[in-house]
Amino acid sequence: MKNFNGKILFLDRSDINTDEIIPARYLTEITKEALQPYLLEDLALEGFEPARDIKPSSAIVTRANFGCGSSREHAPWALEVNDINIVIAESFARIFKQNMFNCGMLAVELSPADLDCIFNKFGGKETTLTTDMEKKVLQFTAADGNETISFEISDFDQALVEAGGWVGYAESRY
Amino acid sequence: MGKTIAEKIFDSHKVDVPFGDIHVISLDAVFCHEITTPVAINDLVARGMDRVFDPAKIKAVIDHVTPAKDSKTAMQGKILRNWAKRNKINDFFDVGRNGVCHAIFPEKGFVRPGYTIIMGDSHTCTHGAFGAFAAGVGTTDLEVGMLKGVCAFHYPESILIKINGELPAGVFAKDVILTIIGKLGVNGATNKVIEFAGDVVDQMSMESRMTLCNMAVEAGGTCGICAPDVTTVDYLWEFIHNDFSSREEALENYRQFAADPDASYVDTIEIDAATLVPVTTFGYKPDQVRPVSEMQDKQVDQVYIGSCTNGRIEDLRVAATIIEGHKIKESVRGVVSPASPAIFSRALEEGIIKIFMDAGFCVTNPTCGACLGMSNGVLAEGEVCASTTNRNFNGRMGKGGMVHLMSPATAAASALTGYITNSNFYKSGGN
Repeated sequence: MKNFNGKILFLDRSDINTDEIIPARYLTEITKEALQPYLLEDLALEGFEPARDIKPSSAIVTRANFGCGSSREHAPWALEVNDINIVIAESFARIFKQNMFNCGMLAVELSPADLDCIFNKFGGKETTLTTDMEKKVLQFTAADGNETISFEISDFDQALVEAGGWVGYAESRY
Repeated sequence: MGKTIAEKIFDSHKVDVPFGDIHVISLDAVFCHEITTPVAINDLVARGMDRVFDPAKIKAVIDHVTPAKDSKTAMQGKILRNWAKRNKINDFFDVGRNGVCHAIFPEKGFVRPGYTIIMGDSHTCTHGAFGAFAAGVGTTDLEVGMLKGVCAFHYPESILIKINGELPAGVFAKDVILTIIGKLGVNGATNKVIEFAGDVVDQMSMESRMTLCNMAVEAGGTCGICAPDVTTVDYLWEFIHNDFSSREEALENYRQFAADPDASYVDTIEIDAATLVPVTTFGYKPDQVRPVSEMQDKQVDQVYIGSCTNGRIEDLRVAATIIEGHKIKESVRGVVSPASPAIFSRALEEGIIKIFMDAGFCVTNPTCGACLGMSNGVLAEGEVCASTTNRNFNGRMGKGGMVHLMSPATAAASALTGYITNSNFYKSGGN
């Protein structure tokens, strides 16, 4: 299984689309690694500086409908090659979410109330995420406090995470 | 309990139900293009599994950047080309025979009622216009589809949208779908199939139905879908006349994929066509939709007519009717890209290409290019484009550029005036 722990990058906006995650002009790359410098390059969000904020981060916390738009798996790949394997959001676009699990990555959906709580308590602060895949618990830790929130993922998504993705899962079965 | 179109197709393609509502279904077609397929090909090669489940069911095209604009895009084409050759994929469309995937594959007869289709392209939902389940997927789903001929989906819930009555003059399929996206919101149909029905859909050509289904994904939908009918059979007849003794027999067969009268939908939305007006987008999300009449002061730098949404022959005909005998505004760059070689040829025969050229349009080869800011009409920072494409995301057609989505009629009218303009086809009520 991939690593689902580390420092959180907060992106406090809904509908962050695949063109913002990885612009189409970089879709001419044929390796995942080549996408590494361009993650979120076109995301204009107050307080967010890709060059400063992406490198130390290993998780993203955001709002609704993350990853809407294109089917490009370059979006989760761009996250993956930046060592960001988990995105926590209120909801995801279907193809993006499937692409995450197909790569053995984790797309966790939390309620708007839980996300409000996380943004209010930790937004703008250096916060570390610890994910317990067995107990299905997310632990948020900052200098001045912490929070534990349980989450659910489907059995299928769990199987994909454990298999390291859909190719590994499907190869043995179909 | 009756079934929706999507439920009928899923039930006839079930391979496995590994968990809950997850259905692994068999695929009738896997479509490929040069942007999302090469990484799958390279991965299969690296895994020692450089093969495909059935070469006859795989169709491939170079369409996003064509002819290649640089070494990187040339390499993407080369990887796809060599893979198609190695794996004996005969339906591979290279430079000179290539067009926008969602235009060229239907016109080759590759999409049939009841089919299951995936492609590494979000606008694959277009093909639901034929009564098929067609969904955009990522490269990993595509890779497994190419290798095994299967894909996993949640068992589909459907939203029924009935558009009743008759469309007013000057209101087109693009206006209908933009209005619907405005109602549903950009994630209003996430994980759902949008089934389009009603008088307006019944009267629509296959081209218009493709425009409608094409943008289902902009509301988050997995697929847009229309019941197959006599229009579907007529469109497909040249490809299916050996399979059926008559059009009536084909229609009877395809009716198995129509929804049952007692099918269950998560939501039903009824729209009175008479209330619809020409619309355009005003922001960076496709659900930010306004009547064209409220956007008339907006100046445009470029007008783009093309794409998998509106680059088909009926789109070019409507636009040409509006611009015939006129020149586009001096300050406007007009770009038109017929979506396939067949459409281009037809437009040449009908004199449409000459009309565009005489008016001052640049006519490009068939390609996705400008729609996603890759080639053939990329915007500079601060520029505005009136476009018949499908996405107005910030930077979509070029960093810092603004895209207003609209019908070919509105785009053509806007090219003449230099600002967003209703076409002469449209006579607003009461005026």
